[in-house]
This record gives sequence, C-alpha cells and structure tokens, in this order.
Amino acid sequence: MTTELAKKEQRAPVSAERTRGGVTYNPRIDILEAEDELLLLADLPGVEPAELNIRYENKELMIEGKVAPRQGDVRYLYNEYGIGDFYRQFTIGEAIDAEKISAELKHGVLTVHLPKTDAVRPRRIPVQGG
Amino acid sequence: MFTRRWEPMAEVWSEMGHLQEEMNRLLGRLGNGTRALFAPAYPALNVWEDEQNVYVEAELPGLDMDSVEIYVHNGNQLSLKGERKEPADLKGTWHRRERNYGRFARVFELPYAVEADKVAAKFHNGVLLIQLPKREEAKPRRIEVRVS
Repeated sequence: MTTELAKKEQRAPVSAERTRGGVTYNPRIDILEAEDELLLLADLPGVEPAELNIRYENKELMIEGKVAPRQGDVRYLYNEYGIGDFYRQFTIGEAIDAEKISAELKHGVLTVHLPKTDAVRPRRIPVQGG
Repeated sequence: MFTRRWEPMAEVWSEMGHLQEEMNRLLGRLGNGTRALFAPAYPALNVWEDEQNVYVEAELPGLDMDSVEIYVHNGNQLSLKGERKEPADLKGTWHRRERNYGRFARVFELPYAVEADKVAAKFHNGVLLIQLPKREEAKPRRIEVRVS
C-alpha cells in the first residue's frame, strides 16, 4: 500500500488571520504510519494545552499553538532562540476516521492519533484449503 | 526557524565542536560531512538578569526534571545534561523524522558568579527555567555620590 503524505509546510499562510504580531515557527514533527493509524508527534515547547488548536478538515491537518511572550521586556544577555507561535499544516492522503482523532500534549510534546478508516486498514484474507 | 539540533553524542562532542568551529573560522572551510561537529550547541539558551538573579531558559520538549541534570561549577560554569529517550514501542513506517533523540550536554559560562546551592529550576510545558541568585559581590551597588 502506498501512502501519500503530501506536506504543506508553510509559515503562517496569508489567509490565516493573525491578531498578534510576532514570529511564527514551524514545529519539528515525526509522522509514523502504523497498521491502523497515523501517529504524529510535534515539539511545541511552551504551548499551554488551552492555547493549542488542532483541526482536521478536507484531508488537511492543521496544528497551531499560541505562545505568549515569557519574558516581557528583558534585555537578553544571550538570545539563542526566538519565542513565538507554532503553525504547521499537512495534507494527509490516507483515509482517516476524523471522529476518532485524539490528541495529547505533555511536556511540550504533542501526540496526535489519526486512526485509519476501516476501509484502508490492511486485512488478512483467510485462504481456505481445498 | 530553529536551527538547533539534537546530538545523540556524548558531551565530548560539545568540546570538539567548539574546537572545530574555531578551526573552521581560521581555515574558512565549510561543512564536509562531519555534520555532528557543525551542530550548534544544544540546548539553545536564552539568558537574562535582574539585580538579584541570572535566569537561563531552554526549550527541552519531552523532558522533565527527572531527565535533566543541572550543575554549577566554579561559581559561574552552568552545566546542563540530559537525555531524550526514543519511544521504544512504536512500530511502522516513518514518513517524517525531524525530532531528534539522544543525550546532550552543554557547559555555559554565566556572566556572574552565582550561589550554587540556591539555584532553583522548574519545567513547564517542556520549557526549563533556571534561576541563579547572584553572589553578593556580583550584585549591583548603589554608590552614594556626595556633593561637597
């Protein structure tokens, strides 16, 4: 079975309306295809569960995490990384059972389970001996 | 963009990396496949201060207090060590692998001497914040100016 997992990596798209200025980051992700589901892991450090927005629509999975500034107005002695919102969007070729998608955010790592619909799950066909 | 990289290497790479960077600067050479040695130090740090404390913050998604060791040596050498373990029970085909696993270590020279035994650290949503109280002699002092 071939899997089409076309990706649309983009920074905040023009169509998405943003009320707050600042930089948007592309989170690092892993995607694993198991027999019965796609598993997505994303690093979203600093994102509060309430500030995380995940949407699946028309084969598009969108992940958006808002990150409020953590340091206010400090002057950094060393500034090796930036802090900002996370955004990433994928097109998922597999048939996904949208009703059963589940997600969990723990220690800044998002885990999304995307169960395949029964139709695309591999099935073992029993062969009858003659 | 994040340009940082997890290195599943022992701490020796960090030192080697510094040397290599120095060499590269001297020789004006670009990467030649020894990728690990060109990786920026991990974790990336943000450092700031107020009158009483120095603060160090690092993004370490997936880690918690049990998986990180924090030490202060010689008054101002902050050492961060840890490991992000790869989940062992995942079976299937990886379509994308951008997140890295493994051990990391970094030694960072703080701009001030700090009270090593009063260092406080906390994790929140994969972000580590370390608060390091400055030693008395490092705190700013108001100098009275007498007008004669």
